[in-house]
Amino acid sequence: MPGKLKAKIVAGRHLPVMDRASDLTDAFVEVKFGNTTFKTDVYPKSLNPQWNSEWFKFEVDDEDLQDEPLQITVLDHDTYSANDAIGKVYIDIDPLLCTEAASIISGWFPIYDTIHGIRGEINVLVKVELFNDLNRFRQSSCGVKFFCTTSIPRGYRAATVHGFLEELVVNEDPEYQWIDRIRTPRASNEARQRLISLMSGELQRKIGLKVLEMGGNAVVGYLQCFDLEGESGLVVRAIGTACSLEKLSSGSILNTHTHPNTAPASNACNSPSKDGKEPVFGEDLPSSSGPPTPFRALPTSSSPPPPFSPSKPCSRQSSSSDTDLSLTPKTEESVRRRPGIFLCPSSPILSADTLSLPGSGSVGCGLGSVPRATTPHPPSFTYSDSALLRKSVSFTEDLLLAASGMGSGGSAGKEAGPLKTLLRQQTQTALEQRGASSSGLLFNARQEFPFFTLTSFPPAFLLHVGGVVNARSVKLLDRIHNPDEPETRDAWWEEIRQEIKSHAKALGCHAVVGYSESTSICEEVCILSASGTAAILNPRYMREGCLDIGSTDHRFEEPSPPTCGFCHIPYDELNMPFPAQLTYCYHCRRQKVPDVLFTTIDLPAEAAVTGKGCLIQARLCRLKKKAQGEVNATAISNLLPFMEYELHTQLMNKLKLRSMNALFGLRIQISVGENMLLGLASATGVYLTALPAPGGIQIAGKTPGDPSNEQHLLTIQKRINEATAKNKELYQINPPELTEEGVGSPIPEPRQRSRLFRSHSESSDEISELDLSHGKKDAFVLEIDDTDAVEDIHSLLTDANPPRGFYSCNTETMPGIYNWTSGIQMFTSVRILRLNNTNLTNQGLNKIFTDLCENLLKSFYFKLRSMIPCCLCHLNFTVAVPEEELIQVAVTAVAMTFDKDQTQEKLAEKLIPKGGSDTDEQLQFPMELCADSSTINSQPSSKISGVPESTNISSRAASVDYGSFADRCSTWLELLRLKAHTIRRGSVKTSRRTQSLAHSVSSLEHSSPLPDGRSRSLRSSRSFGGSTVTVVKMTPLSFLPGTRIIKYLGIINMFFIRETTSLREEGGVSGFLHSFIAEVFAMVRAHVAALGGNAVVSYSMQDCVLMENPNKNQAQCLINVSGDAVICVRESDQDSLASTTTIGHSCSSTTDVTT
Amino acid sequence: MSVELDVFVGNTTIMDEEVYQLWLDGYTVIDAVKVRREGGVLDECEANADVVLSDTMDQYRTFQMCERLLHSPPKLANQLLFQITPHRQTILIERYYAFDDAFVREVLGKKLSKGTKKDLDDISAKTTVTLKSCRRQFDNFKRVFKVVEELKGPLVENIRHHFLLSDKLAKDYAAIVFFANNRFETGKRKLQYLTFQDFAICAGQLINNWTVGAVGPDSFVDNMVEDMDVDLDKEFLQELKELKILITDKDLLDQHKSLVCTALRGKTKAFNEMEANFKNLSRGLVNIAAKLTNTKDVRDFFIDLVEKFIEPCRSDRWTAADMKLYLTHYTNSVHILDTFKHQVVWDRYMGVIKSCIFKMYHD
Repeated sequence: MPGKLKAKIVAGRHLPVMDRASDLTDAFVEVKFGNTTFKTDVYPKSLNPQWNSEWFKFEVDDEDLQDEPLQITVLDHDTYSANDAIGKVYIDIDPLLCTEAASIISGWFPIYDTIHGIRGEINVLVKVELFNDLNRFRQSSCGVKFFCTTSIPRGYRAATVHGFLEELVVNEDPEYQWIDRIRTPRASNEARQRLISLMSGELQRKIGLKVLEMGGNAVVGYLQCFDLEGESGLVVRAIGTACSLEKLSSGSILNTHTHPNTAPASNACNSPSKDGKEPVFGEDLPSSSGPPTPFRALPTSSSPPPPFSPSKPCSRQSSSSDTDLSLTPKTEESVRRRPGIFLCPSSPILSADTLSLPGSGSVGCGLGSVPRATTPHPPSFTYSDSALLRKSVSFTEDLLLAASGMGSGGSAGKEAGPLKTLLRQQTQTALEQRGASSSGLLFNARQEFPFFTLTSFPPAFLLHVGGVVNARSVKLLDRIHNPDEPETRDAWWEEIRQEIKSHAKALGCHAVVGYSESTSICEEVCILSASGTAAILNPRYMREGCLDIGSTDHRFEEPSPPTCGFCHIPYDELNMPFPAQLTYCYHCRRQKVPDVLFTTIDLPAEAAVTGKGCLIQARLCRLKKKAQGEVNATAISNLLPFMEYELHTQLMNKLKLRSMNALFGLRIQISVGENMLLGLASATGVYLTALPAPGGIQIAGKTPGDPSNEQHLLTIQKRINEATAKNKELYQINPPELTEEGVGSPIPEPRQRSRLFRSHSESSDEISELDLSHGKKDAFVLEIDDTDAVEDIHSLLTDANPPRGFYSCNTETMPGIYNWTSGIQMFTSVRILRLNNTNLTNQGLNKIFTDLCENLLKSFYFKLRSMIPCCLCHLNFTVAVPEEELIQVAVTAVAMTFDKDQTQEKLAEKLIPKGGSDTDEQLQFPMELCADSSTINSQPSSKISGVPESTNISSRAASVDYGSFADRCSTWLELLRLKAHTIRRGSVKTSRRTQSLAHSVSSLEHSSPLPDGRSRSLRSSRSFGGSTVTVVKMTPLSFLPGTRIIKYLGIINMFFIRETTSLREEGGVSGFLHSFIAEVFAMVRAHVAALGGNAVVSYSMQDCVLMENPNKNQAQCLINVSGDAVICVRESDQDSLASTTTIGHSCSSTTDVTT
Repeated sequence: MSVELDVFVGNTTIMDEEVYQLWLDGYTVIDAVKVRREGGVLDECEANADVVLSDTMDQYRTFQMCERLLHSPPKLANQLLFQITPHRQTILIERYYAFDDAFVREVLGKKLSKGTKKDLDDISAKTTVTLKSCRRQFDNFKRVFKVVEELKGPLVENIRHHFLLSDKLAKDYAAIVFFANNRFETGKRKLQYLTFQDFAICAGQLINNWTVGAVGPDSFVDNMVEDMDVDLDKEFLQELKELKILITDKDLLDQHKSLVCTALRGKTKAFNEMEANFKNLSRGLVNIAAKLTNTKDVRDFFIDLVEKFIEPCRSDRWTAADMKLYLTHYTNSVHILDTFKHQVVWDRYMGVIKSCIFKMYHD
């Protein structure tokens, strides 16, 4: 399918003076695509030339169209000497290849030079004529839409989610080729930019091919990264999720977009495309022999034997991990295994290093924690020839469970035995039914990796969440000998993915959502990391035309309301993969939930949350001896588990201190430097109404009896208690008081203060023999026995809360805030610290690193203070150790204003659907509301505070007399569940009262604040009008508050290099980087504007690599950014419309109930 | 441990107006931080010293990067590097081109040359405006001067168009350019009591009435004459010589005096002094008019006005109202003189003189 690319050079402006004599420039332009070059005439003596060229036509293959960028070079004509280059513009024409995206590129582009930065602008027109759109060549994949957005793009509906996509291409880095010695820095930079542009084009094309093969038409959650491996080459890799997207007509957006029931129904019309796809997966089905579908695997996991029964492919080999190595080179295996935490603190090394926290050791379950219970021996490996490293492609399905995040040991599940069995049977039948109909499953049948890069899903898509799964591996880089065979890198990632997959399986989950991959490279050592959230997805979204699914089946699939369903454990409670404390869901009372939930995804829109959330970070530095090669790799891999463990402990402590019980958007980075490792875990803490209230933190000393020590402990305890209370108030965490369970008191009563002390042997127990003796644990015990622990507690308490008027989170939006106004400010901030002090201790380093992060946050609050009340969303911290003694932290986030007054109103409004969410009919309208509100991006009513529901519960609970929850809850719940259908009718009465009450409140409060909000948005729109340059908003989120995205114009994926040999003159490194980042923003905006867009959503800066040499007055920086160019329209009118419909819905819902 | 690099870049450029002013005023980062801290900025958002320092450095860097664009303000609206709201752009430009009256008073009427620039440190010491700020202001004057020098059309319009300044500021710049072009002497001790605004209003009068462009668009086909608002109308200056008859012709002088005196009698306490000084004062004003063909005398225009007219009146303790009354009748009485043929020139001349003296007659 060849195409014709046409380009026209219109004019230039603000060109630099190239001729000192005349203070003018004789500019002309070269337009190059592939190997064809055209030139414009020279426009003499002007800084604002008007070339108005003819249309330059390139006749090319669509393969080239996808791979190559259009290269525009502006030059100054010189009669006697060589023409001087002014700068270049690379235009990615991919958006033009998709009919639904942009149709023309037209606008002013900054002329960019890698040495001088932006030097004027050029006006260009680009068009593409594709011949024969229907003919599908195997080498090109034109027409596949790409989205960086990690959710289903707005205005689209996912007909099918096909699954995981990955691809990587490798090449030699031009910077390290011999020719680099003789060419100018400019030529070298340009060669590199061009190469990466080509590589990412190729990568995108290949990914597109895979999508077409799967029968999809789009890639969602596309994430592309560069690994600058130095001498060993350059790797460009990408992951994404293949989908079949259907565009919604603007009218239907409101209803079909998020409504789970209508979605599959409308699939029916789509059957032709389905037919086209079925053979694809049909032929693949047999090939994946092992666990054919996750759903078939599921029953196994819920069957009585431990999850790792021999019948499963993942046989328990971890105990003999060393013997496994016979298959795999030792280096390989041992290195790979390091990541993760031993849950067996009996290992001498571990206990030596983590003396301080035996208490929290019992909490176990680290992120990426490895309950490799059977291998308690200390890490000891011998490295064999590293050359072997590259050849091994074997994966042992070991039990390296990076399971996580849940549970502080122990289980309350024993008593609930009979009920559970019953439930399990039901689930099982449900699953079998699903299994029976699994011929219709598109999902995973042919997918090697059931991974999804999405972080938020349409309602009812996500059934259960298991926890975070995490895998890391340390590799030694080796020169890539043959760029055409990137197998080594592929194999590396393959292993990691296998590991993730097996972790997910161990958690009883068939899928991994919120999946991402990253690397950290220092010299020849590379840490590969992957993480995600184990989950069970609703199969309905995985196939098409599933109308035949009976309604009964449906009932079983969704036995729990969406507000809490995802919290319910997906794994078998008797064979939990790791120790966790289970209770019945505080929301529906029907299923078990863990006491703590960690995930990498965004908070589901329909989740019930109490209060507001906040950013929680764990920071850690570990010194390491400088070393080379394998010794270095061993040292690093030895350190990794401890780092993960400590990060996890920190997260857990901080979570408890804030009285929260769940983390979303968890991202753990471990960066490697020559003499240290940096770990940073960021997440957004929330209080999930469905999960039990966390106990307080209790301090315990190792040497009781020492009075001064006691005193000291008391003061610390007091401070912690105060901090906890303050936090509760700050984040408005007022969980319903369930007095029977004593949940309300954050600090345990003295009598409950039995010191919790898990012996090492306990935690190293077999998984199946969970220690159930602890029953319920209210307090989380921190033992202070050495300086480390004191440090930990200090760092716990020194974390400052955001100042008044500010909130912060690293997820898309802040749980608990729904009424965003239109003010947004996206920013990137980079800070580098030089550690001059050479003899730093781990503690000293930790302090420095923590202060660095805290000060950054403080700076943001200060700088953005004019936006109060506002929330910093999607705070994305990236740490690096660019050189010895340097710590670099780069942050990209967006500050969004919200309307404080309306918070109350929305809360009141939220009560409405909440009250009735017990019944299935009512179950629908929170979703409808959510659909409405999703257009205004605030989902007001879907995030439901648990107030009325829990009052219902408590009132009902009150009728049942039970002193100890653990004893009686099972019977009570069983009763409740059995009666559920009948009782619901009864409970409606209670809820109706609440509804009507709430409704009157909401309608009252609705009238006044609304005009205010509208006038505000008008004001801001006015302030932006009138500029000759299109205002382009940028945000790392998938939406812009107060606007509706009407068109996605294509993906923006840009890579820039900037170099300077006059660092001082440009204001030092800060001045250099400041202008470079500003330039990058400018170029992104210009490209978006040229595509006809006015905003970039899901913007992210993947890489920011700065190298400096102040002595030589030089610096170089590489930045890679991506995002989705969109057109969005202000929704000030629709805004009020939507809110009135919300009222309408609530009204109708009220009447629904009464009738 | 030291901060090696620290940057913050917003998609919409963040600028704090207070810091901008400190930057414009030539404060160093350290001094600016001090001022901000004294201003109580630490109380906002639980900031600490490091935060304020970091913020100030960021802002200073941003301003330095913007400065290049501010040199030609229309670029600011078309550039792509910084996304700044139009409202912010206006503020940035207006503030950048704002100047200190104390400073401008020192350089008003001086040649905007390198020589003057060398004296800036003296001016800085004298006016307590920082040297950096002096340089910026001086460079602004020079830049505006250079740009409008080569342009055709009305001066204020040109300035407003090329520098996107407010009406008021554009007029002030027009005055500065006008003074610099004609090199009016403003630095003499006797003129020290006059403020920049006094001169600016006088300049406005001169520009509107005495320049080539003042005659109105009718007299020029295309209304596009170089320097039409900057240079005084040579023909007019020649014609002013004709006014001499008012003092050289004895009859005319007496007639004029009696007309004025009749009109003034009983209306002012200073009548006696007015009557006594009439011939002196009239001679003074007419002589100024007659000499304006000499560039040297044009330069001394304001000093002459003060010496020949304002000072004598002031020593006679005329009030501002007296002055107004006298000048009104002095001007109008000429219309009654049948033998005087140069009424138009007289009105054009006295209109400006009157306004200037009104403005300049104060302590």
